[in-house]
Amino acid sequence: MKPAPFKYHAPTTVDEVVGLLAEHGYDAKILAGGQSLIPTMNFRLAQPAVLIDINAVSELAYIKSNGDGGLRVGALARHAEAEHSRLVAEVAPLVHATMPLIAHPQIRNRGTLCGSLAHADPASELPAVLVALQGRVRASRQGGSRWIAAEEFFQGIFTTALEPDELLAEAAFPPLPSRSGWAIQEVARRHGDFALAGAVAVVQVDEGGTCTAARLVFFGVGEGPVLARQAGAALVGAEPTEQRIADAAALAANNDVPTPHEDIHASSAYRRHLVEVLGRRALSQAFARATAEER
Amino acid sequence: MSEQMTIRVTINGKAYERTVEPRLLLSDFLRHECDLTGTHVGCEHGVCGACTVLFDGLPVRSCLMFAVQAHGHEVTTVEGLAPEAPERLHPLQEAFWEAHGLQCGFCTPGFLMTLVPFLEQNPNPSDEEIREAIAGNLCRCTGYQHIVSAVKLAAAKMHPDPSLRETR
Repeated sequence: MKPAPFKYHAPTTVDEVVGLLAEHGYDAKILAGGQSLIPTMNFRLAQPAVLIDINAVSELAYIKSNGDGGLRVGALARHAEAEHSRLVAEVAPLVHATMPLIAHPQIRNRGTLCGSLAHADPASELPAVLVALQGRVRASRQGGSRWIAAEEFFQGIFTTALEPDELLAEAAFPPLPSRSGWAIQEVARRHGDFALAGAVAVVQVDEGGTCTAARLVFFGVGEGPVLARQAGAALVGAEPTEQRIADAAALAANNDVPTPHEDIHASSAYRRHLVEVLGRRALSQAFARATAEER
Repeated sequence: MSEQMTIRVTINGKAYERTVEPRLLLSDFLRHECDLTGTHVGCEHGVCGACTVLFDGLPVRSCLMFAVQAHGHEVTTVEGLAPEAPERLHPLQEAFWEAHGLQCGFCTPGFLMTLVPFLEQNPNPSDEEIREAIAGNLCRCTGYQHIVSAVKLAAAKMHPDPSLRETR
């Protein structure tokens, strides 16, 4: 099928973009990479009256280090740029490791990190990564902007805290503290497909090897990124032994994650099984990285 | 009919100026407005890879872009790979032919446009790297085995220095 007609704008500054959003609000959609938006328009699941193409807004095309040692990613930064960026590899290794899991090379050449966040597909990796790292996004509107923490930003299936007149202008991924580790694990039917389920872990240990923080976030199994609070709490204050990690992953699968959905690719029970297995693997890998790191 | 826009796009080194609706997909622009029917349209939602073209040198899905977004940019289609076809083909096309990397041929333009930049960046790829590179292209005939063989053959043709390739 072909997209329904729309009015096309190609502004060159953020001021123009937020001006157009103020004017059109609910009727407008931002077009960045278009790798999720255009398929839904081709199927006519989305029929926006106005498209605001931000590909010529060069002030949004950046990946840079933040003052706090973390990473700032503008709305036009593409997955392929982050995938091949030495800065991302150094400053945000979890973000770097996530890029090859996102779709295919042809998609990553167009798709943007901020677009993945704004689209908020429950099966996509980056929202879970942002929640695990306690990152945030900056929403711009006419006359100002505000920062929104990841946990408040994602509100459900394809639903975020972004208002109709707001542009997701940039995302900030905070740096990892010392003696911390990270991991991302997923199972997909084919390389590059949306994951049936996936897990992101970010953990920290003290000098004695005791866990001081653990954030375990799942994707593909809920209405958005699912932060496993009970699993995380169970790990803090103890040495992360193999048994404790396995217990925490089981706790995540049985208590933290709501009953996963069922579709042609996987039953609910299988997704729950994946939560436990992938949660365990992600935690093990993250703790291994945290204990290996001597600073 | 909605508003029309006049766009200028360089395709395979040649300038095209056309007046189109903003909703026209780049894939349909190439096929219907520019008569470049080598770019194939399969799924129109970014899964099959048949419509892959180079946009400013990088492989992208032409069904997931609007033609108006290509205004002022360069596009390379499968027709641009071998301007002297059928007398002379691109080494990758030759290799697909020789190694039976296609049967019905519908997916082939997408594979070629994905793999040409891949081989430029990675002159001596492993089987695993090739399979990862073509993960975004579907072929229902070959089972991919012959495509992987064709890519290895093309790598040997394009970089005949034996020190650059593993023994076959």
